[in-house]
Amino acid sequence: MATPLGLAIAARHLSHRRRQTVTSLLGVALGVAFFIAIASMMQGFQQDFVNRIIDSSPHVTIKDEFRTPPRQPVENVYPDAVIQLRGLKPRDEVRGLRGARAIIAALEQLPGLKVAPTLAGNALLRYGPKDSSVNVIGIVPDKERLVTKLEKDLIAGKLEGLYTAANGIILGEGVAQKAGIGMDDLVTVVSPEGVVLRMKVVGIFRSGLTVTDNFDTYMLMKKAQVLQNRPNVINRVRIRMDDVEQAQPLARKIEARFGYRTESWQEQSSNVLGIFVIQNVIMYSTVGAILIVACFGIFNVISTVVFEKTKDIGILKSMGFRDADIRRIFVYEGLMVGSIGVVMGWALGFGLVEFMGSLHFKMEGFVRAEGLVLYKSAKHYVISGAMGLTASTFAAWLPARRASRLKPVDIVRGAA
Amino acid sequence: MTPAIPILEARRLTRELPGPVPVTLVRDIDLTVAAGEFVAITGPSGSGKSSLLYLLGLLDTPSSGDVLVDGLPTVGIPDNPLADLRLSRFGFVFQFHFLLPEFSARDNVEIPMRRLGLLGTGEIRDRAEFLLETLGLAEHAHKLPEQMSGGQRQRVAVARALANDPAIILADEPTGNLDTKSAENVFSLFRQLASDQGRAVVVVTHDTELAARADRRIHLVDGRIVP
Ligand SMILES: Nc1ncnc2c1ncn2[C@@H]1O[C@H](COP(=O)(O)OP(=O)(O)O)[C@@H](O)[C@H]1O
Ligand SMILES: [Mg+2]
Repeated sequence: MATPLGLAIAARHLSHRRRQTVTSLLGVALGVAFFIAIASMMQGFQQDFVNRIIDSSPHVTIKDEFRTPPRQPVENVYPDAVIQLRGLKPRDEVRGLRGARAIIAALEQLPGLKVAPTLAGNALLRYGPKDSSVNVIGIVPDKERLVTKLEKDLIAGKLEGLYTAANGIILGEGVAQKAGIGMDDLVTVVSPEGVVLRMKVVGIFRSGLTVTDNFDTYMLMKKAQVLQNRPNVINRVRIRMDDVEQAQPLARKIEARFGYRTESWQEQSSNVLGIFVIQNVIMYSTVGAILIVACFGIFNVISTVVFEKTKDIGILKSMGFRDADIRRIFVYEGLMVGSIGVVMGWALGFGLVEFMGSLHFKMEGFVRAEGLVLYKSAKHYVISGAMGLTASTFAAWLPARRASRLKPVDIVRGAA
Repeated sequence: MTPAIPILEARRLTRELPGPVPVTLVRDIDLTVAAGEFVAITGPSGSGKSSLLYLLGLLDTPSSGDVLVDGLPTVGIPDNPLADLRLSRFGFVFQFHFLLPEFSARDNVEIPMRRLGLLGTGEIRDRAEFLLETLGLAEHAHKLPEQMSGGQRQRVAVARALANDPAIILADEPTGNLDTKSAENVFSLFRQLASDQGRAVVVVTHDTELAARADRRIHLVDGRIVP
């Protein structure tokens, strides 16, 4: 009995109702373990996804668009005019980046950057009776291989095939599979401008990003310009950076300098990154719900103990225990269940994560992957531990307060 | 010999339970108990003996009147100092032993001392063992309450009441659940606590034979002292 008195009493109370105590311990442990497992799964998935984006997409893309519609001449003449002219159509800008060559030349001067021009557009891919709508991206292969990982993603053919074949095209794996197209097959590409090209499949790629694999196709810049009937036009400049964290500032700088809408990878993926926020909210609410259930368990045990121990509380108070001494006993009980439950949950969570790491299966969602990508972080343990302890202390507080307010005379009178 | 300040004193002590039909538990009790005095409270069942004892032990608050401990009034003392006063000055023994069932006899006796915190761990253990030995329980120190007989439990409860060396011992029918022999033992013990150790002892009892051995008897009927 060298432990503090309140702690000793609390420990005896719990060890004498083992089944209930174990049940509430399990509640806390499961909450904590699930948090660790789900968090490492979600964050692993999210990080993996971001890594794939960073890996396969350009870090900064300059588009032939403006963030705000260009000012109309009338606005320039009367900058503060009160009268509004309706029915004004913005002057039709010739689509394409004007001065693209100068922009590229300027960017190539900067250290840590690789720059590749593209012309992106839509087309219909016709193969036998099958028509599929695809994105056609005209590239300069020698520059492209420095900026995206298209070359590495090829599961058949070579990037050089674009140069060697007369009319070469590279398809995403999904595009090829849906239409039943294989290597060296001849496909017909029809553009909205009405240009028709017979092209030979010289490569098939798999990026792992489902949207990309199902819709993107690549051809030489020149062919794309012919197809879109836009000779010499470049409508995208893609940039790869050594330091991806600099993407947003660089995008802002480029946009300020050249006026064209310039998006960082974060902006381009903002819808997916937004989904991640929702995912995290769902995760926290799920785990929160588990912990609330665990709380009920703790509340239940401690309320039962308080009820069963009314006589003890009466005698302790009559012999001179203060309200706070009594309250402390029952808060200790919550803390004990909480801290032991948290430690058990840590162990269980660790085990779960290891188990999930050993699983191998194929899945396809935003990304195609084998098994789960797990992110292991001490932060998950800290957060789940804090949540478990807070929840169990809170659950103990209410019955503890009730116990401390019992009047000894009522108990002694009633029991005697 | 100058009369000493009475150690425990009740002045016009009245306790009513409020309600649509108020119940009077005790009314206008005047009582003084000096150190070394053994007072027995007798009376029929429901006459307010327990209620009076709870008031004297500062477990209940009077509706009017006051309880003086060491000559100082206690009405109006906040809960915490009142609890401290009970801890250091009072020892309670109830009809039911009220031992903590998860703790051994010795642990139960140690609890008030550990709460008071004046003695070190070793001294507390020694004193607990000494008290149990005095009460003839040396070989039962490690037993849980459920492993002991009624008489043994009640003696553990007495040892616990004595743990902090209180000046005032209050006992509510401490022999009510005991066989004649155990009752006799416990009663002699109270007798000694008053005569030999100079404590003020107030014992509620049904047993007129035992009550006859007190220094003074107070008879209650319907919450009032009758001569
Ligand atoms: N909480 C209560 N509510 C109503 N009546 C009570 C309550 N406590 C005690 N009484 C009544 O007050 C009277 C005195 O009770 P008590 O002091 O226990 O008497 P005794 O100990 O002499 O048997 C009894 O009639 C009892 O029924
Ligand atoms: Mg009674």
